Amino acid sequence: MKAVITVIGKDTVGILAGVAGVCAEHGANVIEVTQSVMQDMFAMIMMVDITSCTVPFKELAEKLNHIGEKFGVKVHVTHEELFNTMYRV
Amino acid sequence: MINTNDILETINMIENENFDVRTITMGISLLDCIDDNIDKACDKVYDKICRYAKDLVKTGEDISIDYGIPIIHKRISVTPIAMIASACQAQKTVKFAKTLDRAAKEVGVNFLGGYSALCHKGFSAGDYALIESIPEALSVTDRVCSSVNIGSTKAGINMDAVAKMGRIIKQTAELTADRECIGAAKLVVFCNAPEDNPFMAGAFHGTGEPDCVINVGVSGPGVVRAALAKAPDCDITGVADIVKKTAFKITRVGQLVAQEASKRLCVPFGIVDLSLAPTPAIGDSVAHILEEMGLETCGAHGTTACLALLNDAVKKGGVMASSHVGGLSGAFIPVTEDAGMIAAAEKGCLTLTKLEAMTSVCSVGLDMINIPGDTTPEVISGIIADEAAIGMINSKTTAVRLIPAIGKKAGDTLNFGGLLGGGPVMEVNTASPAKFIARGGRIPAPIQSLKN
Repeated sequence: MKAVITVIGKDTVGILAGVAGVCAEHGANVIEVTQSVMQDMFAMIMMVDITSCTVPFKELAEKLNHIGEKFGVKVHVTHEELFNTMYRV
Repeated sequence: MINTNDILETINMIENENFDVRTITMGISLLDCIDDNIDKACDKVYDKICRYAKDLVKTGEDISIDYGIPIIHKRISVTPIAMIASACQAQKTVKFAKTLDRAAKEVGVNFLGGYSALCHKGFSAGDYALIESIPEALSVTDRVCSSVNIGSTKAGINMDAVAKMGRIIKQTAELTADRECIGAAKLVVFCNAPEDNPFMAGAFHGTGEPDCVINVGVSGPGVVRAALAKAPDCDITGVADIVKKTAFKITRVGQLVAQEASKRLCVPFGIVDLSLAPTPAIGDSVAHILEEMGLETCGAHGTTACLALLNDAVKKGGVMASSHVGGLSGAFIPVTEDAGMIAAAEKGCLTLTKLEAMTSVCSVGLDMINIPGDTTPEVISGIIADEAAIGMINSKTTAVRLIPAIGKKAGDTLNFGGLLGGGPVMEVNTASPAKFIARGGRIPAPIQSLKN
């Protein structure tokens, strides 16, 4: 099972490491990362495999939201299925 | 990997454009709760609702977290209570309303619909008793919603019920006059009421439905408006295409949520209702979509045409996105629940007569309209009859949810708060239809009902 983590906000040092750190701590394997910085706005999309995640999805989402708050960015976590449903017929 | 732009578009829809799934509604049949002892019947009703819906709210919240999509309401619809109450004649029907209210509070849903009667062709004793109890029921409960079906394309219009409902709406408002007449905001009078509608206040669980079912209502006026804003110069065919594509995406999410809720609750999936349901929040308005199409203000000439296009395109886009579509499906135009409609009504650009025309092409009818407190029951009945006639002839659902603002006149305001919103009291034509309403009887079913 895969999840998509999006991080949007003002670029600061350590966002990627912070989010990846939470994933690693809970057994969510980062598969792919895309990021772009436009002026000082930071947008990162991370695909993670949560099959072996050691905590329930809700808890992972809460921890990622928490780290987002720490860096002052908006973190959104959702099952991959949402995007497949919306954009693939 | 999924396209980056698609992901960012979705996140933007959720964060900035009020994209949500409006409601997961569990339909529960109460036919097996019928008992000639009202206390026993109420106990059975309470137990069944609490048993079936005990995990509804939590499941909705879990799905919301897993998919990152807000699911605003978790609600319940039940078999029209008039059918259950008909076994306990000469006993206080309002006991059922109190029981439903208690059950709704126990399981944590914010509204429960089904304090209803279907009397489009005539009254049974249960219908009669239930309708008479509506004003009291809606004044002593907080979460119960009521609806009455007074007409259909197949049956015609029950004018005795039309006359009665004019009076009942007025009484309901009077009994809750100390609370902004909120009782009337929880009462809908229908023609061609759908049996699987997940939206309040008109939801009930029809007799052709299974024992328990999950219906989902989608939303997303803000998303549609934002999509149109990105293409300010396309022609009207382009506008319809944008609405269709957006409705498809919105409905896909509704379908996903419905399937997931059905799986997790072990309850069959019924339908997805493809509706654009506004809220008073800024950026969540159907009126603003119409204005984005090029109207100075909602209510201007051209509004009915824009609404017709919108309503049709929403269905065309949504229908392929879901395996079962039902309910009301279309664009809602509740005045007090839509920031753009409120503004247009305050300006005097959106009037009751224009709204009546709009209801011939929208998904429901005259919805959440505040009228002067001194409007007579006969005038209210006249409005109901007109609206029911539009529904009957056009084989569509129409409804009337009017709030007589007791002690107030046109230009004053009523504020319900929350999703019910608030807005100005609108002018009503006061010429009397009293003699027509007093005739009673039944408007015969129209020729278009004879399809066999």
